[in-house]
Amino acid sequence: MIAEAGLAALWLGAALCALQLIASIAAVRGDRDLAVIVRPVAVAQALLTLLAFGLLIWLFVRVDLSVLLVAQNDNSEKPLLYRFAATWGNHEGSMLMWVTILGVAGAGIALFERKLDPRTLIATLGGQATIGLGFYAFLLFASNPFARLPAPPPDGQGLNPLLQDPGLAFHPPTLYLGYVGLSVAFSFAIGALVTRDVGPAFAKAMRPWVLAAWIFLTIGITAGSYWAYYELGWGGWWFWDPVENASLMPWLAATALLHSVTVLATRDGLRAWTLMLAVVAFSMSMIGTFLVRSGILTSVHAFAVDPRRGVFLLALLFLYIGGALALFGLRVGTVREGAKFDLVSREAGLVANNLLLSVILGVVLFGTLYPLILETLGVKISIGPPYFNRAAGAPALLLVTLMAAGPLLRWRRDDARALLRRVAPAAVLAVAALVAVKLLAPSIGLLALLGLALAAGLALASLAPLWRRNLLRTPLFTWGMVIAHFGIAVSLAGMACDSSFTAEKLVAARVGETIAVGPYQVRFAGLEPAFESNWQALQATLEARRGGGDPLLLHPQARSYWAPPTDTSETAIHTAIDGQLYTVLGKPVGDGRWQLRLWWKPFVTLIWAGGFLVAIGGALALIGRLRRGRRRPPQEAWA
Amino acid sequence: MRRLLLAALIVGLAAAPVLADSDMPPAPLAYTQLPDARQEAQAQALMQTIRCLVCQGQSIADSDAELAGDMRAMVRARIAAGEKPEAIRAWLVRRYGAWVSYEPPLDRTTWLLWAAPVLFVLIGLLAARRSFRRRRG
Amino acid sequence: MKGQVKWLPLILFILLGAALTYGLAKPDNHNITSKMIGASAPSFALRPAVPGVPGLASADLANGKPHLVNIFASWCVPCVAEAPQLKAIADAGVPVVGIAVRDRPEALQRFLARNGNPFRAIGADDASQVQMAFGSSGVPESFVVDGKGMIRQQTIGPINPEDVPGVIAAVREAK
Repeated sequence: MIAEAGLAALWLGAALCALQLIASIAAVRGDRDLAVIVRPVAVAQALLTLLAFGLLIWLFVRVDLSVLLVAQNDNSEKPLLYRFAATWGNHEGSMLMWVTILGVAGAGIALFERKLDPRTLIATLGGQATIGLGFYAFLLFASNPFARLPAPPPDGQGLNPLLQDPGLAFHPPTLYLGYVGLSVAFSFAIGALVTRDVGPAFAKAMRPWVLAAWIFLTIGITAGSYWAYYELGWGGWWFWDPVENASLMPWLAATALLHSVTVLATRDGLRAWTLMLAVVAFSMSMIGTFLVRSGILTSVHAFAVDPRRGVFLLALLFLYIGGALALFGLRVGTVREGAKFDLVSREAGLVANNLLLSVILGVVLFGTLYPLILETLGVKISIGPPYFNRAAGAPALLLVTLMAAGPLLRWRRDDARALLRRVAPAAVLAVAALVAVKLLAPSIGLLALLGLALAAGLALASLAPLWRRNLLRTPLFTWGMVIAHFGIAVSLAGMACDSSFTAEKLVAARVGETIAVGPYQVRFAGLEPAFESNWQALQATLEARRGGGDPLLLHPQARSYWAPPTDTSETAIHTAIDGQLYTVLGKPVGDGRWQLRLWWKPFVTLIWAGGFLVAIGGALALIGRLRRGRRRPPQEAWA
Repeated sequence: MRRLLLAALIVGLAAAPVLADSDMPPAPLAYTQLPDARQEAQAQALMQTIRCLVCQGQSIADSDAELAGDMRAMVRARIAAGEKPEAIRAWLVRRYGAWVSYEPPLDRTTWLLWAAPVLFVLIGLLAARRSFRRRRG
Repeated sequence: MKGQVKWLPLILFILLGAALTYGLAKPDNHNITSKMIGASAPSFALRPAVPGVPGLASADLANGKPHLVNIFASWCVPCVAEAPQLKAIADAGVPVVGIAVRDRPEALQRFLARNGNPFRAIGADDASQVQMAFGSSGVPESFVVDGKGMIRQQTIGPINPEDVPGVIAAVREAK
């Protein structure tokens, strides 16, 4: 009954979505009566998808095994949190979450958007409905989450144990809020291209949505990276895996879009760039979804593969991205040229920013798909960190250099010599850091050395906009920019430290032995069993001492789940102020000895601390913009 | 009672074949480091760029698979014997093709990979040039 | 951004779409074939894996007669499925030799007792070294090696019943 209700809600939602599209097309062409219903229909549609999603969650929490999806992914012995999270830990459930967020975003636009020209707003809702219809069709015809199972099994197959983790339970929703949030920017761009209304008002309306989506993406990627770090047991935090790249690419486009929309909002420049980036950002989300679910690329992250679904998604990609890019080509010529600016100006800095981010995006996309392209010629190669670290790392370091100077540039026209004077302190610090690091750690690699030096320079430069300002009267969005850029410097420093200063010890140890790693002496004190509702494990007790003082206790485990049968190793990590002690218990190697993997990773936590600072900066900027928008009355939009 | 349980667990975890794994212990050099730190660093750098044959996109340095362990043992043994990392990579590529190495070869089919960033920059500059206005004077 | 540059994104996307379409259309092939086909079998000397059956060395493969080299293990589930086919091939007069990867003598003896022993020799490859030297990436795999010790053909996975005549013919042709 509940499953059928959920399916009915989905069908109704799809019907309303179709109505939303038809009404918005009519409204844009001048029909006043239909114009009135577009917003309420968008809200109603969102409520229906929320209902469907809520019902699916209910089915998972109650472990209703008559539903095929629940039988495949759930298990009654799983703790509540993971029964809840199992809803989206599979293809159909996560697609339903995608459609739900799409609908809710549309409702958000319908309810809260006040500043935009009404015709453009309706065109935007039409864009949302267009996207929604395709994904509703995909859900209803190729990925029905509510399909029944005629003969319910005694219990479900359970969720992959690797996914049974609090961090990972919330990683997909965070990312999806980001991916699908970018659909709003896409729809805004479509709306603007249709009504030819591209200007500061349009940019100011779009900006909060882009910021919000971008913040969620930043959090999702940072959290995902930290999860991989502590779950996979080898201390790595980014592998340039195709699915990871699929999340990075929308983020790169969204970052460029974020900066571009500010130029459009404040200086009415970069009109075509902003439209293009809005289309590209969501296109990257869709391409990423396709890559993950179609099975054309090998990845540890990939969902279960069904080529039929891949074909459907590919058709949607052609329709939406092809359609949007064609619309862009047709209409962008008629969008009036925005204001021009000097070669040395903040706008120019932001153009360079867009350019470099697009280059990195292009490199990641190209590198991810290149093995596939080469297979057409019958050649099989592998592309991984050696390529990406260099090909994407070089433009990234260049971008970091630019980031130091950018906020110090004046709008429209600036003087190169004056700029150099403003940037000088940061440059001096960077050079000093370069020399100091090279002297203290002569064997450091070039990329890491540059990374540390630039991180130092950027850290100082990002604080520069606050210099000689009344800090209490500095706008929130300026604080946001400062903290976000500072966060990048922090993260970069962490990455460089991790790649250069990590100390690793791999040993086969007996109980009672002591191993030295970094500043710690780690004693293998004992081994005992441990249990939970759906796993059993062997747990090691490690006593770690640093200098004198009491030892810390760490408990890495070798764990066995039984539904589905999987072996994992649970790392035990101790976080100190200057790094992390990372410990893993491996397999027994005979004659009473056990594999132990120990790492001392100085300052590695800076990587994710920086990521969260970036997100916090974004949140401050968002709040700042929203407050500023509410204080001023809404303005007339002009085309 | 607890000790009995522990013993049973150790036997269970150690001897039960999971999927299609053997129950032999891994080769020693799969999980211990070489005594010479410089050689170990060389080996580690190489292992990070050799692809695991039975995994879904991991290097042999990051994999728990048995064959990956054996490959690590082979790499360490050869480096300890004085072989150069590039020679070991070439040996593996000779047997499994370029797919096994994450360092893409530099030949007709892959020059585009390295030219790509430069090409993208040029295209971008082309697209952006009309946004700038001419300097006065 | 004017002129013809505005069509560039669409063009690039169409190229991308073509690549993705190809990706979907091509048959899924996750096998890593050995690149040693056409080259000499690597030189090795493996001790006997079970008492009573001789070990295997590369010299044995270059003695003028073609062989079928089967890389297997007692813990390998598809190897059980392959056993009848190997027996049929051995019964047809083809010299079948084995390389047991990461195995114990007791486990191998039980395996051979249960599934028959088609092997004239079985070498013990405790650390997958010879398996790697052949360019093999899993078990079971079979290599046709000619009389001069050159690798001619590779079968990845168990030999199916319908493949048996083909394998026998391949070995006979590899003089």
